[in-house]
Amino acid sequence: MTGSFGSFVAGAARAGRLVVQPRMGFSDPYRMRHGLERTKFAAACTVGTLTLDSYTRLGDHAAVRDALAAGVPLNGYPLVDLPVERTRALLHGIADDTFPVQVRHGSSRPEHIVRAAAAVGLDATEGGPVSYCLPYGRTPLRESVARWARGCELLAELAPPPRRPHLETFGGCLLGQLCPPGLLVAISLLEALFFVQHGIRSVSLSYAQQTDSAQDERAVRALRRLAGEFLPADVDWHTVVYTYMGVFPGTPRGARLLLEDSARLAVRAGAERLIVKTVAEAQRIPTVEENVRALERAAVAALLSDGATGPADPDSDVYAEARTFIEVTLGHSADVGRALLTAFRRGHLDVPFCLHPDNAGRSRSTVDAAGRLRWVATGAMPVRPDAPPDRLMSSAALLRALRAVADRFDHRPLETTR
Amino acid sequence: MLTPAQDPAPGLTVLVAGGASDSHTWNLVYLELYLTEAGHRVVNAGPCVTGDLLVTACRRHRPDLVVVSSVNGHGHRDGLAVITALRAHPQLAAVPAVIGGKLGVAGPLDPDAVARLRAAGYTEVYQDGDATALLALLDRLAARPARIEEHVP
Repeated sequence: MTGSFGSFVAGAARAGRLVVQPRMGFSDPYRMRHGLERTKFAAACTVGTLTLDSYTRLGDHAAVRDALAAGVPLNGYPLVDLPVERTRALLHGIADDTFPVQVRHGSSRPEHIVRAAAAVGLDATEGGPVSYCLPYGRTPLRESVARWARGCELLAELAPPPRRPHLETFGGCLLGQLCPPGLLVAISLLEALFFVQHGIRSVSLSYAQQTDSAQDERAVRALRRLAGEFLPADVDWHTVVYTYMGVFPGTPRGARLLLEDSARLAVRAGAERLIVKTVAEAQRIPTVEENVRALERAAVAALLSDGATGPADPDSDVYAEARTFIEVTLGHSADVGRALLTAFRRGHLDVPFCLHPDNAGRSRSTVDAAGRLRWVATGAMPVRPDAPPDRLMSSAALLRALRAVADRFDHRPLETTR
Repeated sequence: MLTPAQDPAPGLTVLVAGGASDSHTWNLVYLELYLTEAGHRVVNAGPCVTGDLLVTACRRHRPDLVVVSSVNGHGHRDGLAVITALRAHPQLAAVPAVIGGKLGVAGPLDPDAVARLRAAGYTEVYQDGDATALLALLDRLAARPARIEEHVP
């Protein structure tokens, strides 16, 4: 049985170590075991990951079984359709108090994954009723909310005390890029509140690195302050930064610089954990070795960075905007799930460029000349646009914005790279 | 769709859809902006569009062109399934349809795979998304005199 994910991260934070974690999933159990072993023994403070395949995410178990029977490799570890004993053997001697393993999946219908994880002794996973629904697929938001409520309750039930099951919000990532940080922070916080309301007492709140490091720092600090303000005192929580989730630099050097920037962001803003990307990210699914190099590089960048400075978590534009979204949403209902449904139905929360039918689709964002994310249009949301409407995106401008970070890091001059 | 319905533009109605197993949407957002700028009306069916969904959307919106965009490497398989469903429907047997994006897991599809997609009913197969060619095709379709007749039940 694995140790508590939350207490491991808390212990590392007390020791001044940033926890680093890969995204890693292979259908071949030998390769998966190798990946976990190499992660565990990397020169870094690490936790492990089982990333599941996309058929399992969609609940298409017939497709998983066909692929397994035919020996066709999948794009992740098919936890649900493999025998329990196989996965227990895979984790034996690896997942323990010094190395908790988290299940990452992306499903809007997580119950079967929670059951399968619990059956092999794993009690840490991630997602959320909004973040695993709106950006992907076609599950109605109402159904995702109901299923995530059940998923949380199942996880709490199947890993009873003294175990402390852990859930991480994916709400800090919505569509990966071009969402202004106030909304990312608000959704991440609201999803954490949702988890707590459904029986989870150890959570982490995510934020994905965006286009501007100062804006990102304000965002992570806002997330930390809001977590302190809104989560019950007996809930264990930490924050996790994702290395950039949008179009990744195509050159190894650009990819390394972006990864190092994310590690420094995490340390500077006081986040306890970082999920890394690799130099292969722009091309294909990374190998185990590429993942290990990314973990070690991020750990070194974190160790050599200056650490958090200035007042703990000050007022900022991002804090104010996120707080507005949160207050308006929670004003709709004491039940966070219901509050989220009302907020999206009325367009009080409106994810830019999100095509899901349950998203209002009236908000628009852009990257301004200084590289910061801004609102061009806010629809019915309780915040004002902070960029002129003439910056409404053309298709060419959208491509430029989607590639802005990749281009900047691919072409960054040597002297500014430290 | 990103934007509320607007007054009919002079261009054609284009239905844009992602592959059945593909949750990517930036490609669909881009196509919507690109085709709208060129004066066409875009119905964005979003990601993960199955054959049934595509048939329903086509019967409802009666597009002049269907664009299937797939970037997760399953475009070949997903694309065959939806075009087969479309062509099996009597009212949709002739609606022009194209597919584009990253259609295979290992770079461009081989010529046989492209031929299979065409044989199944795609008018064009755009490897790695040739958006300029798409506009040229729309111009040719707009120039056809009897382009709406095939949608009359």
